[in-house]
Amino acid sequence: MSHADDHQGTRRDFIYYATAGAGVVATGAAVWPLVNQMNPSADVLALASIRVDISAIAPGTQLTVLWQGKPVFIRSRTEEEIAAARAVDVSELPDQGAENENLLGEADASDENRALSEDGTWLVQMGICTHLGCVPLGEAGEFGGWFCPCHGSHYDTAGRIRKGPAPRNLLVPVASFVDETTIQLG
Amino acid sequence: MSGIPHDHYEPKTGIEKWLHTRLPIVGLVYDTLMLPTPKNLNWMWIWGIVLAFTLVLQIATGIVLVMHYTPHVDLAFASVEHIMRDVNGGHMIRYFHANGASLFFVAVYLHMFRGLYYGSYKAPREVTWIIGMLMYLMMMGTAFMGYVLPWGQMSFHGTAVITGLFGAIPFIGESIQTWLLGASAVGQPALNRFFSLHYLLPFVLLGLTIVHVWAFHTTGNNNPTGVEVRRTSKEDAAKDTLPFWPYFVIKDLFALAVVLAVFMAIVGFMPNYLGHPDNYVPANPLATPSHIVPEWYFLPFYAILRAFTADVWIVQLVNFVSFGIIDAKFFGVLAMFGAIAVMALAPWLDTSSVRSGRYRPMFKWWFALLAFDFMVLMWVGAMPTDGIYPYISLIAATYWFGYFLVLLPLLGVIEKPLPQPATIEDDFNAHYAPKAEADASAKSAE
Repeated sequence: MSHADDHQGTRRDFIYYATAGAGVVATGAAVWPLVNQMNPSADVLALASIRVDISAIAPGTQLTVLWQGKPVFIRSRTEEEIAAARAVDVSELPDQGAENENLLGEADASDENRALSEDGTWLVQMGICTHLGCVPLGEAGEFGGWFCPCHGSHYDTAGRIRKGPAPRNLLVPVASFVDETTIQLG
Repeated sequence: MSGIPHDHYEPKTGIEKWLHTRLPIVGLVYDTLMLPTPKNLNWMWIWGIVLAFTLVLQIATGIVLVMHYTPHVDLAFASVEHIMRDVNGGHMIRYFHANGASLFFVAVYLHMFRGLYYGSYKAPREVTWIIGMLMYLMMMGTAFMGYVLPWGQMSFHGTAVITGLFGAIPFIGESIQTWLLGASAVGQPALNRFFSLHYLLPFVLLGLTIVHVWAFHTTGNNNPTGVEVRRTSKEDAAKDTLPFWPYFVIKDLFALAVVLAVFMAIVGFMPNYLGHPDNYVPANPLATPSHIVPEWYFLPFYAILRAFTADVWIVQLVNFVSFGIIDAKFFGVLAMFGAIAVMALAPWLDTSSVRSGRYRPMFKWWFALLAFDFMVLMWVGAMPTDGIYPYISLIAATYWFGYFLVLLPLLGVIEKPLPQPATIEDDFNAHYAPKAEADASAKSAE
């Protein structure tokens, strides 16, 4: 006779279920550390912020620095690049969010919401294509901004996605001016 | 056990009997080697042996390479160069290992398309097929992680792209990607764990190989006619089959020698032909190579990944229906894994009661087109993403899904199959036996 038909429930049934339950919990408790050890370790997480000297970046050039293992583009934009970025109608963009971690709430993808400095000269963004994580090339592509060679995503001079498979604008990381010539990332 | 009836191992001497009652290992080896094998198997039935050999080759060369390799971001590239320049015969061992991966995939694709044409996936061999698909997935994972180890430009940025695939999963993707990499970007943790898994997975493959062989030893091999071996009696079965040893072992070894002659020529004369020069540039996180493409054996599925861009109507439809959760990026990832999933589901998608493509007049042509489609995908996967190429990859990817999801179910209903031979013996005699038998009897009469 199967135990399922026995609505009474015997002492033996209880022991079966208790043992099986304890087994599941013990297995889970044993497996979790094995899974969790693959998450970032303390020293990896510790590299949280760096300071970058930007005094040597001439207008129209870009400095690429490595932050938390990822490239960050720090670009001093020319007047033409700023003008081109500001002439774009936000409603025409594939991704209309600013993708700027310095801004709270929902901001649109206007150039003002992406640039670090108010005059628009400084643009700081992650050098990681939002498609599959390649590093886009500067001053390339159909919109004069960045072009990802992996799968053909075109970004404009404000780092906004304009054409290609990437779903989002290049991410603007948490960044701020420490003084005139130093930017802190993170 | 429900195998084909045949003579089993009988221990004769005292020591054999002693061992057999304690551990029947000699019997296991004997029954495996003497397995009744359909005697009409053609040359497409050699790839299993080639695959088994390649797995052993990869494990043997791999273990040796590990003796000289260092899994550290600052030392990995240099240690590979150390193998190439300083280790005795190291360049040859590494070239065997690197090109061995290509041999592996040549053999596995021919093996799989053999199965697709002759209906080897159909009942009762579904389990063999499913295990084979698991092995194929595991092979791809192993090959990918192995490609990361030299820590060249392609290694590094390939890792970024492939782990980025997991990042495309809605909501939880980013944390999965971070978990896989052990950091927010590709670096030391990723290299170290890929090294660990690249060493482990081939042994799992070895275990699955045994299960794969066990499964088709239970059902018996398929054969070019798709007609089952008669199991009515030992005598009937013997008319349809020959023992694996020595007949098929010798045949397979001959085929292996021919395949290896070509392989040796590639390893010896053009060892870098199938690789990318960019991977001889040390990894640089700040710059992606201008033309990043995976190894040739991933190209068909890479082409499918890239085929579904945001301007394709079905992508837009799915995006709309899923309230934007499935965007073009995630759709591409689903399509790539789906392309392999539909292949795994072939046993249940194919409605035809006829196993072998030889007796399916319409299927034959659609199958040929699928094989051509696979080559087109492989070619277009290496092309840039502008001009006419996106359209070609979209058409080719559509056919891939169409074949499995529409044609296989439909053909079984509308197709009128050709008559099949009643037995394997009949098929065999139609090709060889009567004349040979006549000659033999003529000779014995002399």
